[in-house]
Amino acid sequence: MHPTEAKRILEAALLAAQEPLSLPVLRQLFDDQLGADTLKKLLAELREEWSDRAVELASVASGWRFQTRPEFRAFAEKLQPEKPPRYSRAVLETLAIIAYRQPVTRGDIEEIRGVGVSTQIIQTLEARGWIDVVGHRETPGRPALYATTRTFLDDLGLRSLQELPPLEEIAKTVQLEPAPATPAPEAANEPAAG
Amino acid sequence: MSDAAPLADAAPVARLYGEPLIEIPRDLYIPPDALEVILEAFEGPLDLLLYLIRRENLDILDIPMAPLTRQYLEYVEAMRAKNLELAAEYLVMAATLMEIKSRLLLPKPPVAEATEEDPRAELMRRLLEYERIKKAAQQLEAMPQLGRDVLAVSVWVERVVTEQLPGVELRDLAEAWRSLLHRARLSAHHRVSREQLSVREHMSGILRRLQERRVLEFAELFDPVQGVAVLVVTLLAVLELARESLLELTQSESFAPIYVKLAHASH
Repeated sequence: MHPTEAKRILEAALLAAQEPLSLPVLRQLFDDQLGADTLKKLLAELREEWSDRAVELASVASGWRFQTRPEFRAFAEKLQPEKPPRYSRAVLETLAIIAYRQPVTRGDIEEIRGVGVSTQIIQTLEARGWIDVVGHRETPGRPALYATTRTFLDDLGLRSLQELPPLEEIAKTVQLEPAPATPAPEAANEPAAG
Repeated sequence: MSDAAPLADAAPVARLYGEPLIEIPRDLYIPPDALEVILEAFEGPLDLLLYLIRRENLDILDIPMAPLTRQYLEYVEAMRAKNLELAAEYLVMAATLMEIKSRLLLPKPPVAEATEEDPRAELMRRLLEYERIKKAAQQLEAMPQLGRDVLAVSVWVERVVTEQLPGVELRDLAEAWRSLLHRARLSAHHRVSREQLSVREHMSGILRRLQERRVLEFAELFDPVQGVAVLVVTLLAVLELARESLLELTQSESFAPIYVKLAHASH
């Protein structure tokens, strides 16, 4: 099969799909006649061909999908009857803890945030399909261990957790103005936060 | 911001130990009507402490406990005065701060306890960890989200067409035609049995013809052009008429022509 023809077939399948299509699924299009490497090369070319359009070919955890570019967010919003919900800081911080420290229990989350985690927060994230219970810690009460899901990665356009923005090394002080010299701290130069 | 907005005529923003609190803590001046909103905006004691530390450009690794504890308590008091529901965690933190402060005030034995950990170490560790998570949460929020910032593309028309028109191949058509023929053959068979019902119709027809010509030769009753089915029905009609004694069949000898006449005509 000519590469151009194969590319058009991929294009048609991806445009018509409702969900990301994985490599194995895309290979079925060609009765597994095309190798995974060939397929990846074709997909990369296809992505390049769409590079100056409002729609892009994105690679996420579940596979490949066509999506609008983020810069057209404002226009897409105008046509949506409801404003997409904004999550509270409590929800976002809980999500961040689960994403970066998973698997974690509710107790772990509360320890980091310094406040109680309401059931509603967990339910919000579960209902969104972004977190789920992956097990239980073998401590008294057998608390549930939460982790992020593939949907979470898909929805944020990530292929894996490694693509999450790295946790920042937080500045020890914010030097807005010359501060009086302080004696060097004798403890906790590198707090165990990693 | 902190030196703006004279408060001379302002109503007390809060009450501290029953005394009107005209001035809110110097370093966290907030317009009075916004106070409640801002107080509620803190995600907990760690969040509040971070705010105080960053606001004052304090070294997070060498927190001056005395001023921090004082400010924190002022804040907590302001919250209570506003009758905001105060999470127990805020009070726990207040106790922790005062404990750390008092431990720092205790004179240290010069040599023996040199390895003792800074009482602030645990608090610093938690503050740093919380701040990292807080930043990470902001970054997550800023990332393009499916459904909010980007929309999955799907060719709508294409899908509708596919749904409405199932694929039809030539082979399917041929198969459909064959089964149609098959069924037609079945119903052709049924048509014969329906013709049996019309035996009565043929009986009438025969009687009508016999009204015109009193005697007919048997063979004259049949019209081979109309097909086997009609021939059979006609025969059945003749036999039925004979059985009901409405007509008479006569034959003078074997193999001689058979004549058909109305039965009553003979009388």
